[in-house]
Amino acid sequence: MQNVQSVERATAFSVQGLTKIYGTGETQVHALRGVDLDLPQGELTVLLGPSGSGKSTFLNILGGLDSPTGGTVTFQGRDITALDSNGLTQYRRDHVGFVFQFYNLIPSLTARENVSLVTEIATAPLRPDEALELVGLSDRMDHFPAQLSGGEQQRVAVARAIAKKPDVLLCDEPTGALDSKTGIAVLEAIELVNREFGTTAAVITHNAAIADIADRVVIFADGALSEVRVNLTKIGAAEVSW
Amino acid sequence: MAIAVVIACGVSTVVMSFGTLASLEVTRDAYYEQQRFADVFAHLKRAPTALVERIARIDGVKRVETRIVEAANLDVAGMDEPVLGQLISLPATAGAGAGTGLNKIFLRQGRLPDPNRVDEVVLSEPFADAHGLIPGGHIRATINGHRRELDIVGIAISPEYIYAIGPGILMPDDERFGIVWMGRDALAASFDLKSAFNDVSLSLMRAADEAAVIERLDRILSPWGGIGAYGREDQISHAFVANEMELLKGLGSVIPPIFLAVAAFLLNVVISRIIATEREQIGLMKAFGYSDLSVGGHYLKLVLLVASVGVALGLLVGAWFGREVTEIYTDFFRFPVLFFKLDLQVFVLAGIASLLASGIGAVGAIRAAVILPPAVAMQPAAPTIYRRGVLNMFGLTERLSQPTLMILRHLGRWPLRAGLTTLGISMSVAILVASLFFYDAIEHLMDVYFHHGQRQDATVVFTEPRNMRALTEIRRLPGVMAAEPYRVVAAKLYHGNRYERASIAGLDGDAILRRALDEDLRPVALPETGLVLSTTMAKMLNASRGSRVRLELLEGQRPVIEVPVTAIIEEFIAAPAYMHRDALNRLMREGPTISGAYLQIDHNQSEALYRDLKNLPAVAGVSLQTAALTTFRKTMAETMNIMLFFYVLFGGLIAFGVVYNSARISLSERGRELASLRVLGFTRGEVSYILLGELAILTILALPFGCVFGVVLAQLMVANLNTELFRVPMVVEPATFAMAMTAVIAASMVSGLIVRRRIDGFDLVSVLKTRE
Ligand SMILES: Nc1ncnc2c1ncn2[C@@H]1O[C@H](COP(=O)(O)OP(=O)(O)OP(=O)(O)O)[C@@H](O)[C@H]1O
Ligand SMILES: [Mg+2]
Repeated sequence: MQNVQSVERATAFSVQGLTKIYGTGETQVHALRGVDLDLPQGELTVLLGPSGSGKSTFLNILGGLDSPTGGTVTFQGRDITALDSNGLTQYRRDHVGFVFQFYNLIPSLTARENVSLVTEIATAPLRPDEALELVGLSDRMDHFPAQLSGGEQQRVAVARAIAKKPDVLLCDEPTGALDSKTGIAVLEAIELVNREFGTTAAVITHNAAIADIADRVVIFADGALSEVRVNLTKIGAAEVSW
Repeated sequence: MAIAVVIACGVSTVVMSFGTLASLEVTRDAYYEQQRFADVFAHLKRAPTALVERIARIDGVKRVETRIVEAANLDVAGMDEPVLGQLISLPATAGAGAGTGLNKIFLRQGRLPDPNRVDEVVLSEPFADAHGLIPGGHIRATINGHRRELDIVGIAISPEYIYAIGPGILMPDDERFGIVWMGRDALAASFDLKSAFNDVSLSLMRAADEAAVIERLDRILSPWGGIGAYGREDQISHAFVANEMELLKGLGSVIPPIFLAVAAFLLNVVISRIIATEREQIGLMKAFGYSDLSVGGHYLKLVLLVASVGVALGLLVGAWFGREVTEIYTDFFRFPVLFFKLDLQVFVLAGIASLLASGIGAVGAIRAAVILPPAVAMQPAAPTIYRRGVLNMFGLTERLSQPTLMILRHLGRWPLRAGLTTLGISMSVAILVASLFFYDAIEHLMDVYFHHGQRQDATVVFTEPRNMRALTEIRRLPGVMAAEPYRVVAAKLYHGNRYERASIAGLDGDAILRRALDEDLRPVALPETGLVLSTTMAKMLNASRGSRVRLELLEGQRPVIEVPVTAIIEEFIAAPAYMHRDALNRLMREGPTISGAYLQIDHNQSEALYRDLKNLPAVAGVSLQTAALTTFRKTMAETMNIMLFFYVLFGGLIAFGVVYNSARISLSERGRELASLRVLGFTRGEVSYILLGELAILTILALPFGCVFGVVLAQLMVANLNTELFRVPMVVEPATFAMAMTAVIAASMVSGLIVRRRIDGFDLVSVLKTRE
């Protein structure tokens, strides 16, 4: 499996000439300066790059949270940059799972209920218990976020993201706030989903070591791609260490 | 700035209400003063002008003005129905008969009658307006049996007839009762009252004892057919105006303070919120070495500054509104002057109350923030602990959708806040109920009066008491289906140290048109002997069943007797006293004698009937029940509408304010949560549901409480009212509750929609970048 050439896979995302400019006039910031990239279906991609190089901006546009200033993003043959706000909501609802550095769980709902939140509005979801089991939290399902550690909270977030069996899983520094042990547990969960359900996954990280678990590594620099490399010797998350 | 606006609302309502009331009283008093409205009034049969000197010598009397006051039937083009005119003599402009200038009329148009022209008259403005009469026009009148054509030369108003209310009628009816002023000589000639008078008004010295003057005056006048002098309090127009003002005061003293209280509550909530969000700054300042006191003082100053802006704004707006509303009322009462007066006390009180409310709100919150050690304060507040709570017990957690669960958990986590919001909303419902209830009360009062108590179609008043033959004559008139006789005698009632003037109405025992009612609106058969008092009169005399009341009848041989009170009956309007007609006739030492009759009319023949009645010399006037009903409703509604409009408006504003405020707070607290849901693919509608659903629950919860509070408030107001003209019954119709609730729901929905638009405008990305 590891050696399968990416070209043979169907393309999940096809990004062309993507630009994003924040602000106007003097204070303009070119967050993205024309990015072209294809992300094949079912691949796990790791995005690296210095702070401020545009990774989050890129990922948010892929996830339908933000719209670009120029260029197109095609998802499964559909141009998502042409969608209006309602269209984007529907797109996120049907296809995208998110995991963020700050877990963004709903404090008033238990772990299980946080997951149910998403399964209730999905078409063919996992059961909430199943999703939590996948991330190894079966014994913590009735705890509220405030009663869970950071790593546990992040795993609930992953469970919530994968419970609807999304087509793509987008993670922005999912291990950023975690120590290496818990970080690895979170990565394992992401990897598992990618492997088991064939979910296309993209993970932003500052940790170059994590790049080893990827099928493909994309490196950003100053709003553009400086390098895209296919990782032929992918390792399991458990083997990563930092 | 939201705080300032909230304070401004509360303060301005108070200032407006109290300012308007105070100004109306000042304006009225100025009008009275300017027109030299008399202090004591008396009517009599006929007395020689020479009697004036004796009257003037009564201790405490300043001025004496004699007049001729008579009734006449008027004929106005386009009105079949009888119109009653009160003819009042005007003093000569100069010379011997110039008078002392009491009860001066205020000319609005035209001029005074020429003393040499007997047919020139001035009409009261409300009456002239009701018929579109202007100077230069004419009006026909039957004066003492003679038909005359009168030339209208002027239109005037008078403090004596701010409300013109005809004899035996309850409410001003400007179409069917009008004041006609004419030259004294002309009137004297018509009624054979040369060098005589039949009406006298006095003004008193400042220190005069009114009761004593009345007593003396009555003694002087009784040989001349005096029917009892009375003070301003019993002067019908004055009593009416005072009554209306009393009603406004009843509303004004209960509702505005509630506005202020709700404003204070909102303020408190807002300030605590703001301080809570500033806790990091507070921690930072303390870390830099500022003392608790100086940090606290800084925030307190800030709050008080904002509050002061609010108070200032409230005073300005309140004063402005107050002026406008006073002006509306001035037009309504036709006061020719307007004095707008702001009570400094009210200003100061409202200001202090608001500043205190904001101060207390701030102190609590500041204390909570300042007390924390800087290190703790600089960190965000500890995560809120939620509990699965009771919801779990019923397995509800499994059955409810997660967003619904979020709503319930959030409410359960902040029960106090939810409670306060509910309280705020329910207060607005209460204000609406308590304001709108007045309409119900008046409808009920009218229903009781007109449909249960006084079921006649018309009341005929004779010029003087007649024997039963007059009734037979009336019964023979076309269209009269039934006629019930009555006897009315003016009287003074004494009980203990209390004293009241009243007319004793003698009704027949088997009367079916006009009846006395008990509390359950069942007709009460008048006992053969003794006096029957309305609850109001009983209260005024401090009498109850079995009390013995001294009765001084003011007509005929003026008998004075003691009679037992044999029953107390329920009447909302006026404060009547009844007797069996036979008993009254016996007391008067007269045979079967009547003062008029209540009629039931065949409406197909009413035109012929009215025509015949107008031509009967024995008939002084006829009042129609339907007309009375409409004028009652109109008069009541007009007075109340203006104030009620404001209260209803502000009540709605409160609902809006409370809901909007708590929605904003929720939004700022839970913005992150709601944005997270949007990221997860929840639509705007679904996300709004969580926020607005919470508000909807609170609003719905508030409705029943609000209705209950409303009734309590209404009771409070009714208890506060002390009006002699009518009692306000405590009746709230379901429709009123429905209307109040609908209005509040609408107001909540509007604020909900505004907040929803903010949810729509969320910047999703920025939310995700920050830590919780
Ligand atoms: N809302 C915004 N307004 C203005 N500039 C922005 C905004 N969001 C991002 N930027 C700018 O765009 C550039 C790219 O930001 P982005 O968040 O994509 O970087 P990043 O690669 O994710 O950085 P990091 O690794 O620190 O998260 C930065 O220079 C940033 O300052
Ligand atoms: Mg980033």
